[in-house]
Amino acid sequence: MSLGLTSYGARHVQALLGSLGRLARNPFSTFLTLIVIALALVLPLGLELLVTNARIATGGFANAIDLSVYFKTDVPLAKAEQLAKSARTRAGIAQIEVISADAALAEFRAYSGFGAALGVLSGNPLPHVLHVHPASNAESAESLEALRQYFAAQWVTRFNAILEVLRRLLMIAAAILGAGVIAVIGNTIRLEILNRRGEIEVTKIVGGSNGFVRRPFLYAGILYGLGGALLAWGIAASAVAMLAPAVASLARTYGSHYVLVSPTPQELGILIAGGVILGWLGAWLSAARHLRSIEPRA
Amino acid sequence: MIIFDRVSKRYPNGREGVSNATLRIEEGEMVFLTGRSGAGKSTVLKLIALLERPTRGTVMVGGKNTGTLASRHIPAFRRRIGIVFQDHKLLPERPVFDNVALPLVVAGTPLKEIDKRVRAALDQVGLLGKERALPLELSVGEQQRVGIARAVVSKPPLLIADEPTGNLDPDLAVEVMRLFKRFQEVGVTIVVATHDVHLVRELGLREIVLDNGRVQGNDIDPLPGMVATR
Repeated sequence: MSLGLTSYGARHVQALLGSLGRLARNPFSTFLTLIVIALALVLPLGLELLVTNARIATGGFANAIDLSVYFKTDVPLAKAEQLAKSARTRAGIAQIEVISADAALAEFRAYSGFGAALGVLSGNPLPHVLHVHPASNAESAESLEALRQYFAAQWVTRFNAILEVLRRLLMIAAAILGAGVIAVIGNTIRLEILNRRGEIEVTKIVGGSNGFVRRPFLYAGILYGLGGALLAWGIAASAVAMLAPAVASLARTYGSHYVLVSPTPQELGILIAGGVILGWLGAWLSAARHLRSIEPRA
Repeated sequence: MIIFDRVSKRYPNGREGVSNATLRIEEGEMVFLTGRSGAGKSTVLKLIALLERPTRGTVMVGGKNTGTLASRHIPAFRRRIGIVFQDHKLLPERPVFDNVALPLVVAGTPLKEIDKRVRAALDQVGLLGKERALPLELSVGEQQRVGIARAVVSKPPLLIADEPTGNLDPDLAVEVMRLFKRFQEVGVTIVVATHDVHLVRELGLREIVLDNGRVQGNDIDPLPGMVATR
């Protein structure tokens, strides 16, 4: 029994190593295929990161101590100060700061590193902002909700709606690009099968079962999916690393210490499992279709 | 071992490879299929190895009816038949060892056993020490012997060969036939298709003559037990 299992396992290891060896022997074409798969996988991952980050960055509205109230850019400063003044009389508010658009721009110029670029702008695109610090006895969800409604923070609702749209978009993109990954891997495996037609014929003549013939191609598909997923992770990590300083500077201009989040272990798990499953599926579909057409003709 | 009962094989292009052929090959026998090219020798071999199924009639090999064998049982069926081809069908990118080991690998033989059996098979065909060579580095005769080693490495009870000496000079041809004879002596049933009539007569073994898809000499009585011309 254990002997049978060992040789069964050994055959799989053999097939796996064989597929790995073949991929390594054509590094250039393997790399090109991996790049295509990685690009297809990195797009949904990037969208997911965008949604996650946007939710966390604005999550302060739900559970943090501070509220920021942004005005439309055409609202004059006097109006903002008037609102701050009347709000200060409200219970549950400890302090309100008014940050004028000009002050915000000056701060942004100082921190963002876009100083020179900002000079190009004709006007100031930033709105006036109120920083609202709730009183310590008013930090319950209900009180904050009441505060939020007081400031009629309509854009928050809108922003959440945008996030929802993005989330749906993410799912659609993931589905379309996942189908793309299956097609790319399926086509790569198809070419590989046609290239090795002679070998497959001979293997079938000496009694190789369909399962035996199919095995190395399934492993190749899995390796493509896994490699593509790891490459996508690398691309996403580099993108986060490149964006992080700029985002941190931007956050500082709003008095926040927000740090761009990288993919979570769970997201990486889904990415890698997704890559492997898509790779296997693409290879299986291709192998099922094309291996049947290769029957030995002596 | 092999029974053809009124077997016909018509190819999709309408050509009839074998017409109403009846023949019987006993276990442990060594038989030659002769006839001009296109007479149906290859078709008979393909029908035996289940590379083709009969259009009409019944082909029994080792007690199995090839016409009704389910596709999923074909691999196991083929593992009991060693096949030698005129163009030997070796994998050019794989060394001799891998080529000969293939039938054992597909059967899931343990690695240690594979090593032992491949060496034994190469020893039998006089190629021990050539394991690492690529097929194209060998002479035509040596390549043919690698093909034979691959056919016998899993010790199949039946060995079939399609023009195995077609590309060989007379001395090498005799050498290959002697090799087959030795396998027959240890109990393997052997069917060799060849147009080399002189060689067949020299060996004095049974000959089944095909002409235009028909077995010559016994195309009347389909009863089992019937043997073709001697």
